[in-house]
Amino acid sequence: MYTDYIGVTSKKMKNVVERELVRRFAESIGDLHPIYLDEEIGSKSRYGKNIAPVTFPRIFRSGEIEGLKLPNKGLIHGEQIYHYNRPLFVGEEVYCYSKLEDYFEKEGSTGKMGFLKMKRYGEDSSGNVIFTEESIIIINETVRRSLNV
Amino acid sequence: MTNLKELVLGETIKMTLEPVSRMDLIKYSGASGDFNPIHTIDEEAKKAGLPGIIAHGMWTMGNLSKLFTPHYEEGFIQDYSIRFAGMVFLNDQLTLNAQLIEQTDEALHFKVNVTNQHDKEVVKGKVKFALY
Repeated sequence: MYTDYIGVTSKKMKNVVERELVRRFAESIGDLHPIYLDEEIGSKSRYGKNIAPVTFPRIFRSGEIEGLKLPNKGLIHGEQIYHYNRPLFVGEEVYCYSKLEDYFEKEGSTGKMGFLKMKRYGEDSSGNVIFTEESIIIINETVRRSLNV
Repeated sequence: MTNLKELVLGETIKMTLEPVSRMDLIKYSGASGDFNPIHTIDEEAKKAGLPGIIAHGMWTMGNLSKLFTPHYEEGFIQDYSIRFAGMVFLNDQLTLNAQLIEQTDEALHFKVNVTNQHDKEVVKGKVKFALY
């Protein structure tokens, strides 16, 4: 049962906001802005360095929640929610972990659907939260039944 | 370029993208590490019951945020929430929209969405742009 895992977190994993990955990511969303890429523009900016696109944390690793198994099919990404305390800086280390915030079920037109609220936390090396990233994942009836949840 | 602070309530900034190409989605798969084949391989999309490959919702969400990128000296995106409302297919022509709906000394609040060539919303949500 997913409800048993509500509040359970993964182990923190270290990530680095690597310049080349930021460049590729920015290019892939058609946002090749110099504030992400150009070191001189970065150093002249109010941040004194380059920043990363707001949805960049998508690529971070945050470890698995032990025992929590997600199906690899039949999942629908319903919502995505970011909160930032400041922009993410190119070159910095970010420590990420995930937590199952909530699981609930709702009756829909195609049967009972499951909703998983997964939240990731990104912290700096002193443990201050830089951002949180929440994903709401919908599990359809057929898959939910086959999982017995 | 106008500053975001100079927008009047109700005003919308927008940008229309080139039609969605397979290469866009191949690049996003590589850059994001999301290699779910329904985004790149026709047969896999069909097996999943789709008429064709669909864009990653996060690709569309990533694109939408670029309306704010040039304004990095004015502030930063503090809150960005999106609901994925419809599928994006190859050759769809998307328009990014952000409408200023509330303004305080600390932040600008936008209603944001992406619409396709049929004027249907494919993603929708909110941005809180914190001001320095």
